Amino acid sequence: MSEVLLEAKAVAKHFGGVKALQDVSLTIRRGEVYGLIGPNGAGKTTFFNCLTGLYKNEFGEFLFDGHRLEADAPHKVATLGIARTFQNIRLFGNMTTIENVMVGRHVRTHAGVFGAIFRDRKTVAEEQGIRRRALELLHYVGIADRADDLAKNLSYGDQRRLEIARALATEPKLLCLDEPAAGMNGTETEGLRELIVGIRKDGVTILLIEHDVKLVMGLCDRVAVLDYGEMIAEDVPTVVQKNPRVIEAYLGGSVA
Amino acid sequence: MDIFLQQLINGLTLGAVYALVALGYTMVYGIIGLINFAHGEVVMIGTMVAFTIITALASAGGVPTPIIFGAGLLAAVMCCMGLGWGLERVAYRPLRHAPRLAPLITAIGMSILLQNLAMIVWGRNYINFPQMIDKVSYEVGGAIFTNVQVAIVLTAGVTMIGLLYLIFKTKLGAAMRATSQNPHVAALMGVNINRVISLAFIIGSALGAIAGLMVGSYYEIAHYQMGFMLGLKAFTAAVLGGIGNMAGAMVGGLLLGVIEALGAGYIGDLTGGFLGSHYQDIFAFMVLIIVLMFRPSGLFGERTGERA
Repeated sequence: MSEVLLEAKAVAKHFGGVKALQDVSLTIRRGEVYGLIGPNGAGKTTFFNCLTGLYKNEFGEFLFDGHRLEADAPHKVATLGIARTFQNIRLFGNMTTIENVMVGRHVRTHAGVFGAIFRDRKTVAEEQGIRRRALELLHYVGIADRADDLAKNLSYGDQRRLEIARALATEPKLLCLDEPAAGMNGTETEGLRELIVGIRKDGVTILLIEHDVKLVMGLCDRVAVLDYGEMIAEDVPTVVQKNPRVIEAYLGGSVA
Repeated sequence: MDIFLQQLINGLTLGAVYALVALGYTMVYGIIGLINFAHGEVVMIGTMVAFTIITALASAGGVPTPIIFGAGLLAAVMCCMGLGWGLERVAYRPLRHAPRLAPLITAIGMSILLQNLAMIVWGRNYINFPQMIDKVSYEVGGAIFTNVQVAIVLTAGVTMIGLLYLIFKTKLGAAMRATSQNPHVAALMGVNINRVISLAFIIGSALGAIAGLMVGSYYEIAHYQMGFMLGLKAFTAAVLGGIGNMAGAMVGGLLLGVIEALGAGYIGDLTGGFLGSHYQDIFAFMVLIIVLMFRPSGLFGERTGERA
């Protein structure tokens, strides 16, 4: 098993004349927490969308765990072991909390139409297994007591936790978190930090987009910085923090 | 009073059929936001296929009636499933990312195409259903109903309970509901969107085939244009219940059937004999207009602008 889990090679994405991503190359190693930061509009979420097959990147490619990712095939990306959460929460609001997680199990289970109609023993057992595992995951992220509430009725922080539980249900090798701490208060962010540390300990590699600098610097092993679609730095947090181009990108103007 | 009870029973029978057809509209709309105007024609083809098989077996002689019916139903369901799948594959999937008007117009085109194909295959004339069921009539409180009506209502009920179970209790149903709420996210969870969409068409068409056989054996007649009006009314039922909502389609269908039957029963009295019961069609469309004016999201509808 190679040490590299994900390799992005010269990925580029254009929207009309706007170059949202240019020539972005990076490698993520197994077991690390990799941070992706940059000012608003730098292309972080676009990178996620290309990686997870929601967008089709014009140039470049992603190699994940020995497979070349096909653009435009999100359900295959999920099967290979990439899961994500969204900056603007996207739960199935009219389904219950536990059902949301159960949908996440879809990718790892097999019963199809035949089973759904004829209810053979294997299908029934599998569906019970799905429910059990979903409940475990809700315990894991700490919202098991809300299992039967509609997802849209959860608090903001709990919705973020539910998104993570749903992503974990796909048994990802790589978990991509898009600004998980956005809108959270100090206590909630601390809880989130502990959750991410726990997930990593369980062997999941994490790609983290985040604005909360304290969270990023505390959690990540390595950080890449995007600015106007270009990667301007990649290193351990303490080095990146001192990089003049990074400071310029964040604060604007030249560094005195 | 006996008119009321009588029309209520007739309305429920009709409504059960509308409900099954309306489910086909609503399942497809709920998942891809398309109004499949060719769905009425799918029902018509279901009726035609069932008739053909039943007539052939009945004239062969010696085959017991339940087997004849079972074979007719099975053939109709299989044909319609294939037809629904094919429609989506050939006509709608290539237009998945086109402006919304394009698939809508294609749907109308497919409706015309299927009508004409049916005309070529089965001819322009009314086709009579072979007389083979012994009709038994029952009387309750002055109202008369037949065993055919009982069978229609029971079959529709069992079918709908099965469907609700499928949608709300199985993994497949969860995938369908998830896709209807947010297809992109559902795909990221490993749900194969194309498969779910195909399934919505296939299941909806199977329900349509069952409804087709019901209509056929109730009115004992079939015609290549029968799907048009039936489709429009079932669409009205779906809108009445809140299009995209399963329970809405069921309630909307039953309600529309009852409104129509009661309207037909009383229209003569209400207009002093000026309009007769053959004006029953106006009630369905009055309902459609009223719903669109005062509650466009329908009785159960609440989902608007939720699509990401």
